[in-house]
Amino acid sequence: MALNLLIVDDSPAIRKILQRVLQQADVPIGGIFEAGDGVQALKVLEMQHISLILTDVNMPNMDGLQLLGRVKADARWKDIPVVLITTEGGQTKVMEALHLGAAGYVRKPFSADQIRDKLRGLY
Amino acid sequence: MEHQDQMVAAIRDSTAEVFATMLGLEVTPQESYVEVNQVGPSGGVVALIGLAGAWIGTGALHCNAECACLIASAMMQQTYEVIGDEVLDAISELTNMIIGNVKTSLEDALGVLGLSIPTVIYGRNFMTRSVQKADWIVAPFRCNGFTIQIKMCVARVDEPQPVRHGFSQSLLLNG
Repeated sequence: MALNLLIVDDSPAIRKILQRVLQQADVPIGGIFEAGDGVQALKVLEMQHISLILTDVNMPNMDGLQLLGRVKADARWKDIPVVLITTEGGQTKVMEALHLGAAGYVRKPFSADQIRDKLRGLY
Repeated sequence: MEHQDQMVAAIRDSTAEVFATMLGLEVTPQESYVEVNQVGPSGGVVALIGLAGAWIGTGALHCNAECACLIASAMMQQTYEVIGDEVLDAISELTNMIIGNVKTSLEDALGVLGLSIPTVIYGRNFMTRSVQKADWIVAPFRCNGFTIQIKMCVARVDEPQPVRHGFSQSLLLNG
């Protein structure tokens, strides 16, 4: 089944790099949607059927952990796997993300292989 | 300066990892130093990220415009010859990764730190100056014939700081 992926990052550069990595990866992609922060991501979720979310943590308006909390608290979206991709590699943030229900955590800088490995098993 | 060696080591490790992983480029560390007095005007691209917690301060990346285009071209896998939004965004994100990983490395010694959203500046003949009392640790690198400087300026919160509102950096444009 083709996946609809949502990339959430305030950096257009990172969104573009992730798009490239995902398109090169062995992932069956139906569509790739983008959002610049958690608020925009919730709007995309309202309009599209999303299979997997890749989100940064440190963003304006609504950060990645707040977005994760909102997704997991909503019955429509709670089963969507959320993978955090961030420079916030501290143990406290990792534990908080996993406690909130994150499916995985990738530290920036990331390689294409790391993204592929993290997504394997989530779809 | 307190934790200077640890900061330099963390900056070198983080910069080498980020350049190798995200850009496929190798950096060669140069002699680090402490910038005590404000240096003269410079130009190019400066990306700044605030740090807050038990210690507060700023991390920065400085390079010239040609080097910024080289970095962005390697990162985005397309050629950039002039500074534009995509180049500045790439430099901003690269700095975020470098300083973010330095921050994580230093948290055992300095306590939990938060990061601000990066600010990136491009221009000619400008100065950046911190109003903190702390000096800047400067870790220069060479990469493909260019020099890149990663700088950090941090101080304990309990050290008295001048009360200022707005940005922690002042920017002087000299024409």
